[in-house]
Amino acid sequence: MTPPLILPAVDLRPLWPMLVIVLTATVVLLLDLIPPRERKDHLGFVSALGVVAALVVTYWMTFAGAGELRGFRGMVVLDAYALFFNIVIGYATGLMLLLSMDYIRREGQESGEFYVLVLLSALGMMLMAAAGDLIIVFLGLETMSISLYVLAGFFRTRPDAGEASLKYLLIGAFASGFFLYGIALIFGATGTTNLDRIANAVAAGSGRDPMLVIGLGLLLVGFGFKISSVPFHMWAPDVYEGAPTSVTAFIATGSKAAAFAALLRVLLTAMRGVAVDWPMVVWAMAAVTMTVGNVVALAQQNLKRMLAYSSIAHVGYMLVGVVAGGALGNGSVLFYLLIYTFTTAGAFGALVLLERAGHEAVRLEDFGGLATRHPMLAAALSIFLLSLVGIPPTAGFVGKFYLFGAAVKAGYVWLAVVGVLNSAVAAYYYLRLIVYMYMREPEGAPTVLAPSFSGALALAVALWGVVQLGVAPGPLFDLAQAAVVPLLR
Amino acid sequence: MAYLLTLVTFLPVVGAVVVLLLPRRQEAATKLVTLGTSVVTFAISLPVYFRFDPASADYQFVEQRAWIPSLGVSYHVGVDGISVLLVLLTTFLMPLALLSSWTSVESRWKEFAITMLLLETGMLGVFVALDLFLFYVFWEAMLIPMYLIIGIWGGPNRVYAAVKFILYTLTGSLLMLVAILFVYFQHGAATSTYTFDLPVLVRFVIPGGLTQDLLFLAFALAFAIKVPMFPFHTWLPDAHVEAPTAGSVILAGVLLKMGTYGFLRFCLPLFPQASMTWAPWLFALSIIGIIYGAWISTVQADIKKLVAYSSVSHLGFVVLGLFTLTPQGMVGGIIQMVNHGLSTGALFLMVGMIYERRHTRLIAEFGGLWKVIPAFSVLFLIVCLSSLGLPGLNGFVGEFLILLGTFQVHRLAAALATSGIIFAAVYLLWMYQRVCFGELTSEANRRLRDLSPREWAVLLPVLLFIVWIGVYPTTFTAMTEPSVQALITQVQAKAQATSALLIPR
Repeated sequence: MTPPLILPAVDLRPLWPMLVIVLTATVVLLLDLIPPRERKDHLGFVSALGVVAALVVTYWMTFAGAGELRGFRGMVVLDAYALFFNIVIGYATGLMLLLSMDYIRREGQESGEFYVLVLLSALGMMLMAAAGDLIIVFLGLETMSISLYVLAGFFRTRPDAGEASLKYLLIGAFASGFFLYGIALIFGATGTTNLDRIANAVAAGSGRDPMLVIGLGLLLVGFGFKISSVPFHMWAPDVYEGAPTSVTAFIATGSKAAAFAALLRVLLTAMRGVAVDWPMVVWAMAAVTMTVGNVVALAQQNLKRMLAYSSIAHVGYMLVGVVAGGALGNGSVLFYLLIYTFTTAGAFGALVLLERAGHEAVRLEDFGGLATRHPMLAAALSIFLLSLVGIPPTAGFVGKFYLFGAAVKAGYVWLAVVGVLNSAVAAYYYLRLIVYMYMREPEGAPTVLAPSFSGALALAVALWGVVQLGVAPGPLFDLAQAAVVPLLR
Repeated sequence: MAYLLTLVTFLPVVGAVVVLLLPRRQEAATKLVTLGTSVVTFAISLPVYFRFDPASADYQFVEQRAWIPSLGVSYHVGVDGISVLLVLLTTFLMPLALLSSWTSVESRWKEFAITMLLLETGMLGVFVALDLFLFYVFWEAMLIPMYLIIGIWGGPNRVYAAVKFILYTLTGSLLMLVAILFVYFQHGAATSTYTFDLPVLVRFVIPGGLTQDLLFLAFALAFAIKVPMFPFHTWLPDAHVEAPTAGSVILAGVLLKMGTYGFLRFCLPLFPQASMTWAPWLFALSIIGIIYGAWISTVQADIKKLVAYSSVSHLGFVVLGLFTLTPQGMVGGIIQMVNHGLSTGALFLMVGMIYERRHTRLIAEFGGLWKVIPAFSVLFLIVCLSSLGLPGLNGFVGEFLILLGTFQVHRLAAALATSGIIFAAVYLLWMYQRVCFGELTSEANRRLRDLSPREWAVLLPVLLFIVWIGVYPTTFTAMTEPSVQALITQVQAKAQATSALLIPR
């Protein structure tokens, strides 16, 4: 007599937003096989619809008050925190898809895999945000990263795309190594990889265990690579420059949000009781990251590189919020990630839409006199840049206001001073682009606007985000703050 | 009338949206809509003057509505005797500045109109905001239009001037942002009400000593850069000289007042003790500014640069008056802000007119203009005399009150400041002599046109107020006195409370 097969009761509810993405990816993969084979527009369209559906599910679960959903023995936790990050990741993915549709066709690289890879990396990101276990963090990290390695080199005929992809892969593998070794040490010290059980073990007295402390340090290094904080930022400019511009936007927004999601959750839950003064470490990291990012950005002529260094600087600002801690500090990091997603996707989006003499317009000179030729695009890009500087009434100002406010509240006044002085430095290079667009005459071959309805739609959505969050930040900030409160028990 | 201030502040934005929707070819319509918006804004700001209760020191026309409740940010606006004149000055100067740009702005009038109107909203917002968050939003938001005005429609070196302008002011104001946050959290921690509301925050006594000093300095740096006070003035000549006429008029007429207004509205009531501690330093910097500005003006070869440096000197008087903490000095300081807006605004307008005719502003290029364009020369003389403080014209009233206030506090300072008036006479009259008197040396000046009706329309309103304030200043000073008195009482009471807090340590 064979023993009866007992299937475990699987609660799929914590996976709902991710299942929508997986389902979409599968559908796109299958649709790719049936005609029309030469046009792929519909695939991008289906992918974008899937992302919208995932966003709808996320919003619905947020406002229906689904509470904290745990599945797979606490390995996946879909709480308000994960849902907020799903919103950020959803917007990042959606904007990226809209920007990519006409762009990859224009570049002659249109194919169904592109959309599938984007969706799969979004899946990895969402998994990282909902991870209740270090193994799931790693699983999400790899799902996201491997898709992104391929996407970074998607324009495979270009040498710099190959360089970007290879560099990203090697450094990413290196970071994963740190990360895994960290997990191993923590497992050795506490006997578990579950975040809550690690927290219990730490509380029970293993907080001073050097193995745990070293493990935590290695985890921080791994995250440091993924969020590209100094001194683990070296890959960012080259990858950002070589990757397709829309992919760059995705790396800068989505992957950063996911890495921050996992980083904050690990720090706030598992490492709560560790007897290491990690805020001081992060303090130094924040100050150095902002300063290096901004100072090096001053010297860049290539806008993708400039935005790469600027994104490093913005990671520095967000680390200020991590240092400050508490509901206000962590909440403002979440809120800033949302703002940063709209702003950066918008800024890169403007680059996606422009080309000059058959090449992408990514050099400062390409933007000379853009305001006379394409006034609407120049105005939109200016608003994104002002939001990156942090000028009211754009969202960037409110985001920085919350971050630095949290730092002042927690007593890190000097870190806030470093932050605002950095913002003044940053103003120079962002405004320099405005100088080119508005105060110089166009020279040489004209910079033309590639017609793209989906691209224009993406810019409109990003602009709406930047303005709306700048003028009425209250509701979403409250949501972000409410999302971190349960983690701070 | 409940929404009067909101209406005044945001009407220019509505105008800007209308201009945005007009087709680019309709330049005449664009100009009319823009000018119309600014004139209507001025017209609806008049009730602010007529319905203002001059006997009251309280905020009037107050509106308050929650904006970001979780932070304690509210949309709170109102005017008192300190800000009411500056609001009117702004709405008054804007149509004149636009009218002066009628032909002198040659390219992209549509964009110019939009930026000018957005700038007006920003400036008005700064003067009416009674919430630190709201104030900061307007304070920063207004930088961008000014940056664009200098950078797009300015002279040959405009990009350098625009970037310098924005980096200077941004650096100062960002430090102020940290200080604002600090005050907010200090107040919140002490009273457990987190709010950016100014009337609430000024009642809170911040502990004296280093904390208050640093906070004061962070605010003061932002305002000193804006004023600008020596040694933070170096952006000013660049910005003024490169800016188009309308930009210079607004910059000198309104923007610089934001710095002095900030001292009065924020530094004094929030940090009374630190204000008193640092007043000698501000006195010293003001006097250096008065004399240094005047000396540098004397040697300028370019009329516009001369006027620009004279602002450093005149604004030195204003700050001097404010920090005397005497009723005369402070009322004088406020009225001198208005005077400077009128006189220097008019000087820039006239320099712009002469530049439009000759495309040069070098004093050496002129001479004997009186014979060719007598009307211009007469008005120019009146404006110069008003700027140098001739009794009977507006400048005298302000400077006299300021010196009266200073004399009660520090005689040497008063004596040194008085020399600034003499130097003002030197640089302005010497410049006037070289431009308007003497022989007609340059052939190019022989065929100059005299003032056009449009230019008369620009200058006459300014002249009206130059004479009005000079002859009967009470119309305006009476509005400010109760608020100034209340402010002095409040500052002194709070300074004592702060000292009392210090002694037990």
